[in-house]
Amino acid sequence: MQVSLFISCFNDTLFPQTGQAVVSVLERLGHSVDFPMEQTCCGQMHLNSGYRDETVGLMRRFLDVFEPCDVIVCPSSSCVSTVRTSYPRLAREMGDAELIRRTDALAGKVFEFSEFLVRKLGVEDVGAYYPHRVTYHPTCNSLRALKITDAALALLRNVRGLELIELPKSEECCGFGGTFAVKNADTSIAMLTDKLANIRSTQAEVCTAVDNSCLMHIAGGLSRERSGRRALHLAEILASTEEGMRQ
Amino acid sequence: MTDFAPGIVVERDFPDAARDALANTQLRRNIGKATNTIRAKRLKVVGEMPDWQELREAGRQIKAQVARHLDTHLLKLEEAVTAAGGRVHWARDGEEANRIIGEILARHGAREVLKIKSLTTDETGLNSALAQRGISAIETDLAEVIVQLGEDRSSHILVPAIHRNRAEIREIFKRKLAGTENLSDEPAELAGAARRYLREKFLTVPFAISGANFAVAETGSVAIFESEGNGRMCLTLPKVLISLMGIEKVIPSWRDMEVFLQTLPRSSTAERMNPYNSVWSGTRAGEGPEEFHLVLLDNGRTDVLADEPARETLACIRCSACLNVCPVYERTGGHAYGSTYPGPIGAILTPQLNQPGPAETLPYASSLCGACFEACPVKIDIPRILVHLRGKIVGRKKETLAGKFSGEAIAMAAMARIFGSARLFELAQKSAVIGQKPFVRGNVIPSLPGPMAGWTAMRDVTPVPKQSFRQWWRAERGAESSAKPGGSA
Repeated sequence: MQVSLFISCFNDTLFPQTGQAVVSVLERLGHSVDFPMEQTCCGQMHLNSGYRDETVGLMRRFLDVFEPCDVIVCPSSSCVSTVRTSYPRLAREMGDAELIRRTDALAGKVFEFSEFLVRKLGVEDVGAYYPHRVTYHPTCNSLRALKITDAALALLRNVRGLELIELPKSEECCGFGGTFAVKNADTSIAMLTDKLANIRSTQAEVCTAVDNSCLMHIAGGLSRERSGRRALHLAEILASTEEGMRQ
Repeated sequence: MTDFAPGIVVERDFPDAARDALANTQLRRNIGKATNTIRAKRLKVVGEMPDWQELREAGRQIKAQVARHLDTHLLKLEEAVTAAGGRVHWARDGEEANRIIGEILARHGAREVLKIKSLTTDETGLNSALAQRGISAIETDLAEVIVQLGEDRSSHILVPAIHRNRAEIREIFKRKLAGTENLSDEPAELAGAARRYLREKFLTVPFAISGANFAVAETGSVAIFESEGNGRMCLTLPKVLISLMGIEKVIPSWRDMEVFLQTLPRSSTAERMNPYNSVWSGTRAGEGPEEFHLVLLDNGRTDVLADEPARETLACIRCSACLNVCPVYERTGGHAYGSTYPGPIGAILTPQLNQPGPAETLPYASSLCGACFEACPVKIDIPRILVHLRGKIVGRKKETLAGKFSGEAIAMAAMARIFGSARLFELAQKSAVIGQKPFVRGNVIPSLPGPMAGWTAMRDVTPVPKQSFRQWWRAERGAESSAKPGGSA
């Protein structure tokens, strides 16, 4: 299958290794990946911060870039949720029939990475090997908006060598929330503190999830605590193989 | 007894108020314990209902229909209440409602009036308005008694004293109630002390004020659902009963109540049914109050109705499930919201009933995690409305010079411009690699200045790596393999 990668501005800039992992897994499964170089940002931050006009501009741009693609895969559930849910809603609020048609069509073509593997390709075992103790944090967008927690967990259960530990109170938000983490830093930190305590209680070395934004917030706390634990995107665990580790 | 200003005047920005609340260890423990307990109970009783999602949808539709034809339902309600022997009053705002109620009581020469727990009277600041007329409002809901005797403010829609534990309640009672010298902190003893105090009031004060959970337009019936029986006392013993109700609380028919009778108690107290469900229609000779007044309050609700994307806000049945599941509320408690309506529903309702000012910080008091939407028994999409309100606030600010040139507005405009071009975006990525250099220590950035200082207060920052994904792709795959679909934009 020809798959177009929507990396997200955040991953492009801060977590290129996540994008590389997505490419590596998809190609390992025999699919061909392209990367539309004109892509930038879906506008999620502008949208959630109330900058609607700017969002509309970025939405139109996103449509222009990705409309020619058949299947779009993104390793960020919040960006997928923006394209799938917020775009069609915004188009409706604007009452623009053409935009409604375009955003609806696009919404059906965009998938979160783990969702794509399990629900679209029907693959739960990607041949990964990751001999570590891992806990999974279901990010709010993957849990409540896209409802893909099962897919991510199925993939993790099939990783050889991986010991999956259930995270207590996993469904509670980590406190990231985009600009919330800065505008309401104290409350965000209070939420993070409890998330970190729950992660610590699993004695896992790695906390994984499908959103690097939440993971960056969690990783920042783990690092500050000198906790000896780290955060890692699910795609990078799935990209890890026995052969790769030997190299 | 201290009375507080009208319930929706927010005096402090949420982040400031939250900082204080977060530092209050007793509050954190009390609220954390209470919300976690009620969450588990709610999940259990909701789980018993195989048609829970259908009930939520039915509730949503009833409320949407009410909002679309609010005028018709309200006129029908007025007609039915009047026909049943009650009197209907229309109040444009809180002040008018308080005046109407004050005048009715003054006409009867009332010095004291009983009160059933009512958010709407809290919203209008009725107690202090009555105090100015020399009329003491006596709260009769146990948690409201604790708040009133403690000269405190409610911190939860349903459990106003959720921020208090029993040791604190014992101290309040010992300070304020006679005959409590040897009071223990056993819940039964505490309730007994409140009961003795209240029983005397129930039997001597012939006036009462209530809110309303619902009012049925077809029969003019008003409903109060409660757990303690204090409401039943107030609704049946006094001579004069006055009910203050937000105009959105009307429902067309008795049949509609069936849905809410299933969803409301499960969502609020996590009970299958409330212990006391009182419904009355006007007055009847020889039983109950001789005089019944229904005051219908607008106070900004018609403005909410007019703003279509936010209209759903009016569907709220004040169950408080959203507060109990909210990770923000769980940590800050209700006082940080500075309003009668705290938590997620407060974060959307309060700013809509308010003037610009500190209330505008409330729509940002959420990580948009969506737990509230998931729990809401009438499916109010609170995260969506929070974002809508943020948009309105930004729109308003952009109209002022200071807002247009605020740090945030400039940064957002700049980022939109950068994201408008792949070339500029790549340039910005490269600049960040260079710009961050003074801040990088080892493999993290431990401290940043300005607005980002809040982030680094507790979180290290991941530095921007030298090679972005697009640079890696170009180096590995060459530009031609990327051109495949994408096209030019």
